[in-house]
Order: sequence, then C-alpha cells, then structure tokens
Amino acid sequence: MAGVNTFEVLSPGIMSSVQDLGRFGYARYGVAASGALDGFAVRVGNLLVGNDENAAVVETTLMGLRIKLLRDAVVAVTGGDLQVRKGSEPLPMWRSQLVREGETIVFSGPARGFRSYLAVAGGIQVAAVLGSRSTNLASGFGGFEGRALRKGDILAAEPVKDFMRYADRAFSPEAVPTYSAPWRLRIVWGPQDDQFSEEGRQTFVTAAFSVSPDSDRTGIRLRGPLVARKPGLEESIISEGILSGAIQVPGDGQPIIILGETASGGYRKIATVISADLPLLGQITPGDEVSFEAVSMDAAVQALLEMEDKIETFKRSL
Amino acid sequence: MRFDTPVFRPMGDRSLLVEIGEKISADVNRRVQELMLRLQQANLPGVRELAPSYRSLLVVFDPLTIAPEKLKAAITDVAARPGGSELPQAKLITVPVFYGGDYGPDLEWVAGHLGISTEEVIWLHTETVYRVYMIGFTPGYPYMGELPAALAVPRRSTPRTRVPKGSVGMAQRQTGIYPVESPGGWQIIGWTPIELFDPKRQMPSLLEMGDRVKFESVRQVGI
Repeated sequence: MAGVNTFEVLSPGIMSSVQDLGRFGYARYGVAASGALDGFAVRVGNLLVGNDENAAVVETTLMGLRIKLLRDAVVAVTGGDLQVRKGSEPLPMWRSQLVREGETIVFSGPARGFRSYLAVAGGIQVAAVLGSRSTNLASGFGGFEGRALRKGDILAAEPVKDFMRYADRAFSPEAVPTYSAPWRLRIVWGPQDDQFSEEGRQTFVTAAFSVSPDSDRTGIRLRGPLVARKPGLEESIISEGILSGAIQVPGDGQPIIILGETASGGYRKIATVISADLPLLGQITPGDEVSFEAVSMDAAVQALLEMEDKIETFKRSL
Repeated sequence: MRFDTPVFRPMGDRSLLVEIGEKISADVNRRVQELMLRLQQANLPGVRELAPSYRSLLVVFDPLTIAPEKLKAAITDVAARPGGSELPQAKLITVPVFYGGDYGPDLEWVAGHLGISTEEVIWLHTETVYRVYMIGFTPGYPYMGELPAALAVPRRSTPRTRVPKGSVGMAQRQTGIYPVESPGGWQIIGWTPIELFDPKRQMPSLLEMGDRVKFESVRQVGI
C-alpha cells in the first residue's frame, strides 16, 4: 500500500530514528532487538492514534527535532517531556490531536525524561526488515533507510480513512509514568551475581551511581564505587547472549545497563532490570542519579502484570 | 566440561540462560545447538527468542504466558529426551583473505609476538577448518575456533574505534570476520570481500552456528 507523505524533517535534533517495539527471532544471527527504548510510551502513543501498538513511530532524543506536516494528520506525543510545541503553543502530551498541513512540531528541550515519541494515525510507513520497522543503527538496515533521520527526509504514513475519529483521545494522567531522577530501578539478581564479592553485591544495591555522558542507545554507562567481582576471576567471560536491561560489569567495576542494540556480550551480568522498569531506561539522562533495588521474581512478574493492566484498561476505554 | 543436566541462570524476569558446559568445546557447542533445535521443534508457548552461544542458550520468553519455573521444567524435559537430534548438514565455506599490509595491520605484530614469520602465521591460519561457534557482537559476526595453539595471541590492549568491514581478526584461540565497520579489539591480520550479512535475504547471515570455515590466502597482484 502506498503511503502518503506526512512529515518533513526540518531538523533531526540530537538523534531521531524510526522505531517500533523491536526485532525478535534473529538474535542467533547476531541481530539485536533495537526498537523504541520506552516501549510503554510507544504502545500508548499508537493506541491513542488508532494504530496497532507495534506501529512505527519517530523516537527523538533530548532536543531539536523539528517536523513540518505535509498534510492534515492525527498525531500523539508520548514519553519524556521535551517541551513539544506546535508552532509557538505547547502541544499537550499523552493525547491525540489534529495537526494541520503546514504546521510545525518542535521538541525544544528536556523538562523531564530523555526521549519522546511521535506517533501518527496509520503509522510511519517504512518497509519491515526481518520482521520489524526498527532501525538497526550499527548495521544500517530497517527504519528509514537504515539510519538516523536527517534534515530533508520525508516520512510517509499509511493512509487512514476518517482519521479525525482518532483525534482528542487522552491517556489518563494518573497512568502516565513518572520520569524523574533520582531513578530507583528494580532488578532481579543474576545471571552471574554469584561471581561478585559480597561487598560488590552490597555496593551495587546501596550506592548511588551517576549516568555518564557517553551513554547512548547501546547502553547506559554508570559511574560510582567499584562493583567488585570475586578475587581470582578474569575480567571477561565467554561471550553469551544478552538482552536489554542486563547490567554488565566490565573489568573496571563500573556497571553498564545494556539497551536494545546488543545481542551478545563477554562481561558478567550482576543483575537485570525487571520488565516493568525497562521503559524507564529510555528516559534516563546523562548526569542523572541511578540506584538499584533487588526484588523477587514473583514481584517482578507482578509489576509487569500491573503495567499490562494499565494498557488493557486504556484499551477498554477507547 | 559438560554439565550432566543444564544449569539455569535467570537473566531478569523474561529470559533464562541455559548453560550446557563450562568451557569452549565443540562438544558443548554441539549440545547447545541440539538443545536449540529441540526447543525450536517443541515450540513452547511464550518463547520469543533462542540465542545460542559457545556454551549456553539464552531463552527469551513472555513471563505472562509461561511462568519461569514452568519454562525451566519444560526445558529440562526437552533436554532429557532420549536420542540425539539430527543436526543439520553443516555448510563448508571457503573465505578468500588478503593477508597483511593495509588489509591486516596487525599481522606483523602477531608474527613478532609469536616469534614466527608472517608466512607461518598465514599458513597456520589457513591450515585449519574452523567451526562457527556462534554469531554475535554485530549481525553476521562469526566467532570461530579453535585456532592452533601456536597462534594464540591476546586482544589488542587498546581496542580500535573503527575496524573496516571485512576485516579478519583473531584473539586467544578464536578468529572472526567483521561484517560491518565497528569498534573492535581483535588483532586484524587480513581482509575479505565476502558479504557476511544481508538483511534482505530470508536467511540474512551467510554463516550460522555449526558451519565450517576455511580461509584461503589470495595472492596479491600489486596493491
């Protein structure tokens, strides 16, 4: 189906790309999931504009994305509050609204959180590659021409009949996640927590770490006290599969929270962020403070159920 | 080396690392491959991804569809079924390599470190048929082994921020090929024009776990 030209990128800002909820089933060929880092925001944004939860959206980081509408369209902005405006007036977040041809959407800079998502009725139209519309930045495929967005790019959306019926729908403000530092992330121990010293484990759950500026879509690099492995162990381990949320500790004892661009790794993982807190990882900003709280597997699954309940309740309200 | 029964290590609430053995060995790696194929056939509900590596299989699942404890029991059951699975016929791929010079900036260093000539490094590297233990790091990147003991070298003390696409590297007893330009810490001894990964193909990776690879030195006719 032919898409309709909908967005013109006037400026891509710091870093913007086309993403959906990720690419699964190809990890055995070294293909990481990629995908939007705040999946909750994407699901809500897509539902607001009448899309499938997994439709492709624009993910933008920090500030500077400016998009001109090439036709009337219903859009929703969710995720981190990057002070999005329509022309000179604020554009309310977590609700769908009509934006007219010729109007401009501008992400001026962070008030809260790190990444915003722009969903459009019909979904951004790019070819699915290996089952997903997400951009694999390292290998240059998927998304829009396999790369981050640039000035002058024209994004098409699937045409939707009577799209006006999706305008002015809102996500309940109480259900909007709190995106603010200091972040307290819930983890379950493992897979290799037994290879850290007791002191290293204690440090991990009691220290406040700060987020290093060299964090990106591959990982959130933390700085803080040394998280020590057991004496006598080598710095690295035999490479093995990995997924987002796993917290690896290289030889320097400074943890890295793995995000969606890595399929395998050769360092020990002391703990893994629970599924319900994964969307928050997309909103953690360099300079923020991060600490960890260990929970049981049951508590982790319970928290995920609660998150899914929020989505289900919202779906029923539409 | 090989565990009697798989060892489970949860990686969060949505994946399980299933360990088959402790060290790098072809036997352990074949067991990983066999477990992956069995699980693929078993098609357990809620399983989203099977990611094999040297000595373990990462099983990614939806914990709201299958509880972690139930999944463990199901995997143990599948692993314990009698009879070996038929592993698919391994491909044998010959990879042409331009060794040394600008193509392999670390070849001289490797030879010096090992106290042998560059010709001997090339001869040793091309003499063995390697097993692909896993694909990882970047899409299509084959981790292959084992290098002859006489070729074991450490990683570079400072990794390169950019290793060109097609570079052939080695570290410890492993050798690999960079499918795209990426950072990398292995010693680069050569370059191949072969395409390792094409996302437009149904089977995007040229190589998969279990395949065999032989390197072949291309005589350079001037540069």
